[in-house]
Amino acid sequence: MALDTAWVLAQVGEAGPTSLTLELLTEARNVATKVAAISWGPHVAAAAATLGQYGAGTVYDAGDIGDALPGVPIAAAMASLVDAGNRPDAIFFPASYDGRDIAGRLSAKLDRPVLTNVVGMRSADGHLETEHALFGGTHIALARFTEDPPHLYVVRAKSFTAEALEGGSAPEVVSLAVPDTGSLAAARITGRHEEERSGPALDEAAVVVSGGRGLGGAEHYAMIEELARLLNGAPGASRAIVDAGWVPYSHQVGQTGKTVKPTVYIACGISGATQHMVGMKGSKNIIAVNKDREAPIFSIADLGIVGDVHKVLPALIDALRSRN
Amino acid sequence: MPDMKVVVCAKQIPDPAAPPLIRPDTHTLDRTGKLILDDSDSYGVEMALQLAGGADDEVTLVSMAPNGETAGLRTALAMGATRAVLISDDALLGSDALGTAKVLAAAIRPIQPDLVIAATESTDGYTGTMPVQLAELLGLPSVTFAKGVAIDGSTVKVQRQTEAGYDDVECPLPAVVTVTAGVVEPRYPSFKGIMAARSKPIDVLTLADLGLAPADVGAAGARQEVTQVSEAEARTAGEIVEDDGEGAQRILAFLEQLKVI
Repeated sequence: MALDTAWVLAQVGEAGPTSLTLELLTEARNVATKVAAISWGPHVAAAAATLGQYGAGTVYDAGDIGDALPGVPIAAAMASLVDAGNRPDAIFFPASYDGRDIAGRLSAKLDRPVLTNVVGMRSADGHLETEHALFGGTHIALARFTEDPPHLYVVRAKSFTAEALEGGSAPEVVSLAVPDTGSLAAARITGRHEEERSGPALDEAAVVVSGGRGLGGAEHYAMIEELARLLNGAPGASRAIVDAGWVPYSHQVGQTGKTVKPTVYIACGISGATQHMVGMKGSKNIIAVNKDREAPIFSIADLGIVGDVHKVLPALIDALRSRN
Repeated sequence: MPDMKVVVCAKQIPDPAAPPLIRPDTHTLDRTGKLILDDSDSYGVEMALQLAGGADDEVTLVSMAPNGETAGLRTALAMGATRAVLISDDALLGSDALGTAKVLAAAIRPIQPDLVIAATESTDGYTGTMPVQLAELLGLPSVTFAKGVAIDGSTVKVQRQTEAGYDDVECPLPAVVTVTAGVVEPRYPSFKGIMAARSKPIDVLTLADLGLAPADVGAAGARQEVTQVSEAEARTAGEIVEDDGEGAQRILAFLEQLKVI
């Protein structure tokens, strides 16, 4: 027996719903009969049809929240919907910055726990059992709530495959009032900075080339970018070199960065901390280049080259250039 | 009266480099062994020390751990924190993120801090929700995923990471801010710091001291059960070869085989 109703926190930008939003809508309709999307911002109306195609029968639109961070106002809007008697069985949040903020706020407002790092789920007897990746993905736990719904879940990217419904219909769009939360919502965005990107997005690219400490210095990251460009891929990075300031955070692959599942992942000078591996171990094929034979990355590599990135990568770049 | 009061949430965890011990009865992480300061929290401690480094400023660590564990707190005190509050009670076993937030909120409230700093997520549990739950319980605004933090009068200015870059965010104090690794470079405790830490005060509190009921926290308050923990299907290693000058050609051949080129 499926759940009756599931809500999905739908993040919608100028380009439409995020891929994780569509993954959540797809999985929500697999486990629940009715699916509603909760969304906000200036682009909801334009994205409503897409949300419907992926399973949302209803779209709750909290409207444009301006320069406020969404955590407080959107959680307050959701809480008032629940308090008004609208009680879903499950609420799915994307494991994104804003998704986690809203989940945490709502959890405390409703005094309901939240299960995080969900990577799989199944419904049985009207209950949802969820799979969780623990300790950097080395262990999988099965968990369930022991009280009545609504139940809150934060779901990791790329745990499910997004699929549009055939002949999905336009959802009903209902405007959702945002209660006044006073000083709680006092944080304001005063400037937005986006990193420039020329190739495919890191979490959508078929090929990802990532660099780590083994590169030896920020100036050598250019090899990673060039190799990614030649393979029509995206350049990625380990947390170590992001923290060291060599490359922007938006390049980070791992638990606190992006989750990627490309056709090919090429790890260059990356030892393979669990923090990193959880973000890329789902790649279809993994190539690793590292001078340390004992590096953990080799334990999951389909092809491992024990060697110096400063010799192997230039040779690879030259060979690819001569083919093009 | 101190000028600036900062609270840092400091988690003490089993050494993450060691294989995790799972309790067979509850399927939760066994935390009864030696604990260390979560490396993720060393950034918050350093940030706090930089923001509240004046003679009249005060950096208070707040932690929840079994068996009165203070080893990790001593590390942070040796870095320069003023004092620590530890909540240790057998009834806290099995607490989830919300239960932890309730305990920390009760311990932090009487301190009336100007700023509460936490890591974006712990290394062992990494739910990433506790600091925001804490902010809601304290009735404070929050800014998460800070890669830069500065105080300007009664406002905290944060560079907050986003999927595509970062946002500048301003928030009036008091507030809760979560920091990423890399926000600052944590100092190593000096010998002098380690010696000084031995005599710094650590208040050890129980649930009763905080006026919390056992049913609200611990396993009962978590209202969830882990039914099974198993090792994830391991990816097996493929071919590992020493680069003898042919490494690049091996990669090319593999990419061709995969029809990527």
